Amino acid sequence: MIVELGHYALVMALAVALIQSVLPVIGSIRQDAGLMALAPAAAVTSFFLVLLAFIALTVSYVTSDFSVQNVWENSHSLKPMIYKISGVWGNHEGSMLLWILILVFFSALVAFFGGNLPAALKANALAVQAWITAAFLFFVLLTSNPFQRLNPAPIEGRDLNPILQDVGLAIHPPLLYLGYVGFSICFSFAIAALIDGRIDAAWARWVRPWTLAAWTALTAGIAMGSYWAYYELGWGGWWFWDPVENASFMPWLAGTALLHSALVMEKREALKIWTVLLAIITFSLSLLGTFLVRSGVLTSVHAFATDPTRGVFILGILVVFIGGAFSLFALRAQSLKQGGLFAPISREGALVLNNLFLTTATLTVLVGTLYPLVLEAVTGSKISVGPPFFNLTFGPLMVPLLLAVPFGPLLAWKRGDLLAVSQRLYAAAGVSLLTALAVVYFATGAPVLAALGIAMGVWLICGSLTDLAYRAGAGRVDLQVMWQRFKGLPRSAFGTALAHLGLGVSVIGIVAVTAFSTELVTTMKQGGQTVSGPYTLVFEGLRPNTGPNYTELQGRFAVSRDGEQFATVTSAKRIYTARRMPTTEAGILTIGPSQLYVSLGDETPDGGTVVRVWWKPWVTFIWIGTIIMSVGGIVSLFDRRLRVGAPAASRKRAAAAEQAI
Amino acid sequence: MKRATVLAVAVLTLLSAFVPPSGAVTPDEVLDDPALEARARDISAGLRCLVCQNQSIDDSDADLAKDLRVLVRQRLVEGDSDQEVVGYIVSRYGEFVLLKPRFSARTLILWATPAIILLGGLAYLMANARRRKTVAEAQPLSNQEQAELQKVLRSRDRDS
Repeated sequence: MIVELGHYALVMALAVALIQSVLPVIGSIRQDAGLMALAPAAAVTSFFLVLLAFIALTVSYVTSDFSVQNVWENSHSLKPMIYKISGVWGNHEGSMLLWILILVFFSALVAFFGGNLPAALKANALAVQAWITAAFLFFVLLTSNPFQRLNPAPIEGRDLNPILQDVGLAIHPPLLYLGYVGFSICFSFAIAALIDGRIDAAWARWVRPWTLAAWTALTAGIAMGSYWAYYELGWGGWWFWDPVENASFMPWLAGTALLHSALVMEKREALKIWTVLLAIITFSLSLLGTFLVRSGVLTSVHAFATDPTRGVFILGILVVFIGGAFSLFALRAQSLKQGGLFAPISREGALVLNNLFLTTATLTVLVGTLYPLVLEAVTGSKISVGPPFFNLTFGPLMVPLLLAVPFGPLLAWKRGDLLAVSQRLYAAAGVSLLTALAVVYFATGAPVLAALGIAMGVWLICGSLTDLAYRAGAGRVDLQVMWQRFKGLPRSAFGTALAHLGLGVSVIGIVAVTAFSTELVTTMKQGGQTVSGPYTLVFEGLRPNTGPNYTELQGRFAVSRDGEQFATVTSAKRIYTARRMPTTEAGILTIGPSQLYVSLGDETPDGGTVVRVWWKPWVTFIWIGTIIMSVGGIVSLFDRRLRVGAPAASRKRAAAAEQAI
Repeated sequence: MKRATVLAVAVLTLLSAFVPPSGAVTPDEVLDDPALEARARDISAGLRCLVCQNQSIDDSDADLAKDLRVLVRQRLVEGDSDQEVVGYIVSRYGEFVLLKPRFSARTLILWATPAIILLGGLAYLMANARRRKTVAEAQPLSNQEQAELQKVLRSRDRDS
């Protein structure tokens, strides 16, 4: 019953979305406040309808209702509760439903927080959101209905893919979608502004918090996925330039560019056309990513053929939305007036440079991801574009960008003084160079590039600290005043510094693990020992263990340094009962910022076990850096200036108070 | 397919059958000479496992990947240079096996994209900056404006 209710709610949501797609736009043309006011009401209604559908599906997962095809295919009665719940989106249909839920959630947020938006802008933006919602609801209802029933109902489900039975599934997709789909708000605002033909600094101020929120979630989501891949795959890689990863990385790069250009637009009214274009591009890349992942065109060319309707359907959505948006942009962009002038050496100039490099990087990843597909379609010849290509092209693009980062926030708006800024950065540069020398000295034989790479990370960290110090008045006022000023700095200043600092931390992790990690593949017998980095591992043997829906063979290793045992690490080979599928559970021992990564291989005929041990110095810095970046995003989000309407509301209250007197 | 797996499955979960993840290189493959082994690893990381999705033979535990790894090591032991080994593999399996495609007419756009976008963007920005500069260049004040200015300045002097 609840399943049918969920299905019905989804159909109702479609009806509401269709109304929300049309009437508010008519209202904005006719200046009809009543029609325009429909938009927020409809947005909130469709949120609750989709939420109802989502709850219905979750309930059938929790109660293991195998009469629902989707539940039967992806769940099992013995599965732990957390995976029953996260299993809701661990499949195509359910994850599309989550996608839509987050989309309408954002629409509802705009309806809720958008009280101070101009009526027409709000109505149009919510209408655009509804176009997207309607398109994807059609998609789900027509090609990927999660509420399909089975008759007769099977007794037991086929279980969730074991690799997905991980806490990562509970966190990674929702975060990723919050990011992906969050950019829809920027898109809708851009389209609404183009329809309206009017755009100003206030527009950028409304869009920036949404960009920031989406960017923060996407950063955390990608990082979470990377760490999940790292510990689950069993061989310690953390980024593979896989098309599916690229699909989430492209919106991130474009979104990062958008975050920076919206800043210029808000402060200086410049880069308007470019910012609108970036908003469109960013969400288009999210849609493209959804298409690439959902249609299966990338993972396997044949997945397209097995269910062509899905792929073609999303391709249709993609063409209509991206094509429509770019056409509208081409028609209307000229009518947007450009604002503020600035010299090339200025904060604006630095942000333009940032955008240039990020856009180039985005397009490099885009072309690299799609090139094999297009080439095969056009000429029939097959090539591969893999990690070596991306490392060779993307890497060098990042170097000048990262070097320039500390300059940006220190430059003045309109016209900056590069020499003065360089002088402020002397200390940061000095510390970085000393670090490079120290790396070469302590890690004898360290490649020069690795030393420079780590120095670059330190440069980013010191650069952000320098920025904060000068904002607090370093060198001009005494320490006590500096501390007072420091505490009074706007949250966005801390946000910027944290994000850039986190970037530096990640860079250090990436460089260190690339240059200094060691790998060891060996056969071990019980009592045997091996050395990895500064540590010695003694194999204590294998022993069987049983989990709720799997059996496993655990291998224990005693870890010691200088003859002193201080920890044990356990790696396991699991077999999940329902699917008879083996997985490797890596044993990871975190020592300071570094990790010892142990993975069990097959048993050899002579009674030994293949063991792989990696020593990964500073590897956790990669993800710690991304956490700092996300925290920066959150801190920035709470900046007073971004709490849109706060000043307006207080002014209104002040006016009311005056009248009362 | 291991590479695609975690994220691919996490997000898309369309895959129903895939090779379970585990390490690739096994101890019996490892060459005694560490320098030679390091070269073998480098070469393997750039060669695609043909039966997998976007995975190098260095990461894949498919049988074909193992055969290729052994082949690479055989050629190295026989004294081939890195280029000769790669050339040999490409002559047998085609350029599809290279994870970093060679620069040629059909990969021209692929390789040139970063440079074209970056240089094109820079050129556009510089042209734009120059145009703006000519617009923004201060025009000398006309006689009337000059007189106006003097008047304002004088009145301010008087006030202070």
